[in-house]
Amino acid sequence: MAELTIIEAVRLALDQEMARDESVVLLGEDIGPDGGVFRATQGLYEKYGGKRVLDTPLNESGIIGFAVGMALYGLRPVAEIQFADFIWPAMDQIVSEVAKFRYRSGGMFTVPMVIRTPYGGGVKGAIYHSQSPEAYFAHTPGLKIVIPSSPYDTKGLLAASIRDPDPVLFFEPKRIYRAFREEVPEEDYTIPLGQASVVRSGNDVTILAYGAMLHVAMDAAERAMEQHKIDCEVIDLRTLVPLDIETIEASVKKTGRVISVTESPKTAGFGAELSALVAERWIEYIESPIIRVTGYDTPFPFVLEHDYMPSAEKVLDGIIRSFNF
Amino acid sequence: MRQIIDIEGNVISPDLLPKVAKKELVKWLDIMIAVRVLDEKGMRLQRQGRIGFHIPTTGQEAHVGAAAAIKDKDWIFPAYREHGLAIYRGIALADIVNHLFANDLDPQKGRRLPGLFGDSRIRFINPSAPIGTQIVQAAGAGYAARYKKDGSVSIVFFGDGATSSNDFHSGMNFGAVTKAATVFICQNNQWAISVPLSKQTATKQLVDKATGYGMPGIQIDGNDIFAMFTAVREAAQRARKGNGPTFIESVTYRLGPHTSSDDPSKYRSENDVELWRQKEPIGRFSKYLINEGIIDKDEPQRIHSKYDQIFNELISEADNRSTPPLETMFEDVFETMPWYLEEQLEEALRFTKE
Repeated sequence: MAELTIIEAVRLALDQEMARDESVVLLGEDIGPDGGVFRATQGLYEKYGGKRVLDTPLNESGIIGFAVGMALYGLRPVAEIQFADFIWPAMDQIVSEVAKFRYRSGGMFTVPMVIRTPYGGGVKGAIYHSQSPEAYFAHTPGLKIVIPSSPYDTKGLLAASIRDPDPVLFFEPKRIYRAFREEVPEEDYTIPLGQASVVRSGNDVTILAYGAMLHVAMDAAERAMEQHKIDCEVIDLRTLVPLDIETIEASVKKTGRVISVTESPKTAGFGAELSALVAERWIEYIESPIIRVTGYDTPFPFVLEHDYMPSAEKVLDGIIRSFNF
Repeated sequence: MRQIIDIEGNVISPDLLPKVAKKELVKWLDIMIAVRVLDEKGMRLQRQGRIGFHIPTTGQEAHVGAAAAIKDKDWIFPAYREHGLAIYRGIALADIVNHLFANDLDPQKGRRLPGLFGDSRIRFINPSAPIGTQIVQAAGAGYAARYKKDGSVSIVFFGDGATSSNDFHSGMNFGAVTKAATVFICQNNQWAISVPLSKQTATKQLVDKATGYGMPGIQIDGNDIFAMFTAVREAAQRARKGNGPTFIESVTYRLGPHTSSDDPSKYRSENDVELWRQKEPIGRFSKYLINEGIIDKDEPQRIHSKYDQIFNELISEADNRSTPPLETMFEDVFETMPWYLEEQLEEALRFTKE
């Protein structure tokens, strides 16, 4: 078993799904001989050829619209949007077409596809290479949203997304693309969409996170234990839509204290949805304010990005406030 | 501009006249009239308040020629005035009428405005309403056809207004670059709701746009079914051989309002409409068939009466049915219903029972 980074796990999943199913076709900008700007598709053009690893014109709306036609025809397109910040031109195709084809046709036409895109800050990417737009898509019925936080999960979740009958937005935390390695089996496996993972068990405070923020949350949880003897439970949501409500429920009922950690702006971010769900469903179990640790309601900054983003210190502060309330 | 028969039904380009069996020609007329009658019925039902909305097709029935020019395995991406392609391919007329009434038998489960229907069994894609989105999708399907090497093509319809959309550019460019097996057909009916072509583009004619994308273009008389048939057949053959897409500008005219909600007297003169009425496709094709002795002069009226009766019966059946059950509102968001939609369905049901 090899030790892989997240970006290597993406590549392995794409490679194995292409080998497994001829209908899997990749398309995007610079994904061919260049192997993608983050090298997610490195070597795949050479292995599968330009028809299956299609370098497209520079047009995100075109990439997604073209993928819709491929999916209608019966292919399984995996489209890469080079940065999540560049996804907006494709918004109409994603919201009006990808998300609604099954519904508007009474189930007659479906467009199973995966839209992969690197997201998130902390990489000195500034205003247009750092954003986390998942909440915009969570608001649109018909889209599944998956965000891995580890190499093992990346491979299993991406394979499951490509095989899924519904369209999936697969946001990849580029800040941790190469941050660490872990063992990723060569063997075929999938992680079902809609299943969260309890990454750290604890009894005092529940922390809900995903993607790169999962690691910030874990760092804070360890410090809370070491420095304050507060025992946090950390849940990696992995799939935002559909959300694993049962795992969250069990933890919230156990701890009665909840913090969410997301790096997008605070207002109407996914943390707001988590807070609302917890308050609406289990208010009688709640011991303290449901806290959101988020980015700020500004465009994404450049030199001040580490002040903008949630840090272990900010999460730890939230843990203490929650615990001492 | 390619024109094969003039408005009196006389053959003016005999070298271009396709050899088509008489029975098939009569089928073309039959389908064109079916589309016309459906339009008359739809507008009347809307005016009577029995359906909520209607999208007229009158004047654009020569699109039937495109259905005749391709194979059953080919994919059709309609805009929303191309019902004739679905009828040519044998869609159940009852499905269309049930859809107009959005009743419990509507294959779209009552989710769409009347006129926006599709059918996977005949590869007639369920259309959108945002303008132009289908253009680039058709290019993707045309790419998939080449990838699968199954000899299919995709054809896509859109209006003159759609040539200003992002997805027109995306579709034409992606299609040309990838040599997609796709035929792009612009039904230039002169009006995008109230905006005339002169405000839509500064090019002299839409067909010129093909050059910029590196694909051949042809301008045809879009009210001449022979011009439509031959242009689409040639373009489809070219696409099928792997030589890439073609852009067809079909010059036609929307004789009716944009939709039942539109009042065209605010933006165009009745004189112009009357001029175009002389050029409408059914009358001239009927004259051709009568001139050639293929039908007698009463045949168009007989076909009209036939469809009048067929649609009247379907309408009275459809009008008496119930709306789709509440459960259907929550179906088809995903293949399987997630927990939160199950909860919301339960909530909705609680309110209907009270």
